[in-house]
Amino acid sequence: MLKVAIFPPNSLILSDLVERAGHEPLTIMETISKKVRDVEIDSPPLNITAEEPSKGLQYASAEAPSGVRGRLSVFGPLYEKADAIIALKDAPMNFGCLGCARTNEFLLYMIKKSGIPQLVLTYPKTEEEARSVVSRILAFLKEVEGND
Amino acid sequence: MIKIAQLACGPEYSGIQKEIEKAAHMVNAQVIFPDVSYEYIKETTDITGFEAQSPGLQLMFARARALVEGLVEADAVFLATCFRCAEGALLKNEVRRYIQKNSNLPVVMYSFTENTKSDELLTRMEALQTIAERKQLLGRKRQEGLTLGLDSGSATTKAVIMRDNEVIGTGWHPTQAVIRSANKAVDDALSEAGVTINDLEAIGTTGYGRHTLGKHFNANLIQEELTVNSKGAVWTADVLEGEATVIDIGGMDNKVITINNGIPDSFTMGGICAGASGRFLEITANRVGVDISELSELSMKGNPKNVHMASYCIIFGIQDLVTELAAGVSREDVAAAACYSVAEQVYEQQLQEVDIREPLIQVGGTSLILGLNRAFEDILKIKPIVPKHSQFIGAIGGALLSSAFIGEE
Repeated sequence: MLKVAIFPPNSLILSDLVERAGHEPLTIMETISKKVRDVEIDSPPLNITAEEPSKGLQYASAEAPSGVRGRLSVFGPLYEKADAIIALKDAPMNFGCLGCARTNEFLLYMIKKSGIPQLVLTYPKTEEEARSVVSRILAFLKEVEGND
Repeated sequence: MIKIAQLACGPEYSGIQKEIEKAAHMVNAQVIFPDVSYEYIKETTDITGFEAQSPGLQLMFARARALVEGLVEADAVFLATCFRCAEGALLKNEVRRYIQKNSNLPVVMYSFTENTKSDELLTRMEALQTIAERKQLLGRKRQEGLTLGLDSGSATTKAVIMRDNEVIGTGWHPTQAVIRSANKAVDDALSEAGVTINDLEAIGTTGYGRHTLGKHFNANLIQEELTVNSKGAVWTADVLEGEATVIDIGGMDNKVITINNGIPDSFTMGGICAGASGRFLEITANRVGVDISELSELSMKGNPKNVHMASYCIIFGIQDLVTELAAGVSREDVAAAACYSVAEQVYEQQLQEVDIREPLIQVGGTSLILGLNRAFEDILKIKPIVPKHSQFIGAIGGALLSSAFIGEE
């Protein structure tokens, strides 16, 4: 079973596809739900404190806005522990989004330079394209699994 | 309880949402998030034409539209994005303009970092609450009876006695121990007015030490300085009707407030850098070897363009001035350059967040420094009005507004 990171990291559709293929999707839903359940921290809504933007300094300098660094501290580790990554670029916000264009750009860059097996596709506009995207994702996962 | 609509991008991932809500809670306000659909967000982007790449910012504009169209009810708006986010800064300002053009909702903007704490937000939230809840009080145009206003500022404490819409006594002391400094200022004001503290019919306090003084003097009104100072500013400048902009540079902060019929509808407050404060001018006066009261005359004799300043910072800016003095630049030029630096920083950091409406009223202790008035005129191409008693506007506002409580228990 592979650990598969996805982009956008909160896409329910991508997460479901990975799971159906028998792998473990690395999503922010899981990360955030762990944070939210942490009774030691009281910083609603996400239980993120000033510590996260500080941790985000390992990805971006202090000149990057606090919201970018806070997001990177949550999403960055997901890409670091992944065996494979599947990214859908130019997806509409209701497919999954981080709210911040700068964080999106940086995560796509992180994916590119990670060297981990990756499949980067563009969000499909027609049903035919959507079928093709699903088949390519499943084929990619099979291929990575075979090489593992 | 008033409702403050939060239109923001990033506070949850910066870990400061709790601080925003804490500040709102402290002034008995509730933070709400206008609920909008995905389709409504897309439609708003099409209508406004601002195709922000960040979905969080698209949501921000859609929420503003929901407020303007009355789909969601709120009493005031808190607009905030991450400090240093260029897209956020651009959109935030346009959202502010859109709300002000299409509604009467008071708006305050803020750029936060992960270190933003509720204390920094408190004065802003308190002002939003006052504007939303006390419109009738803020609309007051005349002072009545015999009242005292006390402004416990970060650098100085001011006291003003007013009787039947006239200032009859003033007192001023550097702020050290809050109550002791206030007692001295009050004694001076009472003495000049020829009355005793027992003759007073109402007392109003404002400024950083307002709560301590309010309790000590059993004040009828304890109110933040944004609304009180703006009231004092329009009263002293006799601009009680129509629009105006108030620039208030105090000892350790600065405020820019836009006003309509004596009531603020938008304001910004410096909170990132101390270079645009009276303290910067005080250190400059010290460096050029004059008392702060003499800096005014000295600055008018100099030319700011003869001095090279690479920073507005209270440390590095002063370092630049010291270097220039050592290189033989005159004290007059250095004094003028310090004034220019303060005005330029207020222009670049505060005045960009409001739409300036004439007349421009310059108040606060620094308004007595002529070089600073000249610098604002040079930069803005508008001659600021510096009313009589411009350094006492907080205390005057306190005396004026507290007169509404005469006869009340």
